[in-house]
Amino acid sequence: MKRAATLVLISLFTAAAARAATVDERLAEYRSQGAKNFSAQAGERLWNKEFTDARTGDRRSCATCHRANLAETGKHAETGKPIKPMKPAVNPERLSDAKKVEKWFLRNCKWTYGRECTAQEKGDILMFINQ
Amino acid sequence: MLSLRLLILVAAASAAPATFADGWDRGPDVAPVTNAPYQQECASCHMAYQPGLLPARSWQRLMGDLADHFGDNAELAPDDQTAITTFLTTHAADRAPEKRARKIAASLRSGDTPLRITDTPYIKSKHRELPARLVTGNPRVKSLAQCNACHTRAEHGSYSESQIDIPGYGRWED
Repeated sequence: MKRAATLVLISLFTAAAARAATVDERLAEYRSQGAKNFSAQAGERLWNKEFTDARTGDRRSCATCHRANLAETGKHAETGKPIKPMKPAVNPERLSDAKKVEKWFLRNCKWTYGRECTAQEKGDILMFINQ
Repeated sequence: MLSLRLLILVAAASAAPATFADGWDRGPDVAPVTNAPYQQECASCHMAYQPGLLPARSWQRLMGDLADHFGDNAELAPDDQTAITTFLTTHAADRAPEKRARKIAASLRSGDTPLRITDTPYIKSKHRELPARLVTGNPRVKSLAQCNACHTRAEHGSYSESQIDIPGYGRWED
């Protein structure tokens, strides 16, 4: 029992350490691309800002699939498949893998905004998710 | 080295099709998905459709335009793109031994390259008698593309009629 608890603690600590390292490294990369003064508030505004899709006329935001409350389970707009919560405190896997972070920024910025996100936008959104 | 060999043996044995008590090897309808990158990259948004559900030429075409993947952006890193395309085309309907994979492949004309599993003649004919209210008119199904909404063992590659459970309706028999 005690051993199980220790293992849980170790894995939580490892995930937290991986996340801290990943977020720091990403923010440094965005700064090198000219972004600065990252803000969770700006990230939250962007998260909930609605865009109109040019082709379908649908209104879309990050919260369409992921919810405004990051602790909640989301839902894929097309397939209905559940999406695990974005909040690292609820889902420790989040933000622990730089390749995944960039993959989803690429796919989801294009789907939501019709273009890639800027380094500034990505940094602000990371700050919002990571708080 | 010995333990590695043992591991491979165990993995091979567990991947072999199940043989039933009557000695008749039913096997899966299409081989279940065992490919880790495919699971990770594709099944985060939808069911991991088995490669045996479309011919290789369809997978090739679909994987060639992931920036517009049925209206969604599903772009991949080049190494994942290559690995997943290889997995899908190697086990495609026209190359797989499983019974439904073969039926799907046989139902296509040589020039047909459907992008949707639900556009293959075999799958279309199997769902022809279903009233729309159970599928598109059913909020818990929405589309024929949601195999696993009704086929309870779809994720394991099994699509038997006896395993159907249509949400809000129940079993379906022809």
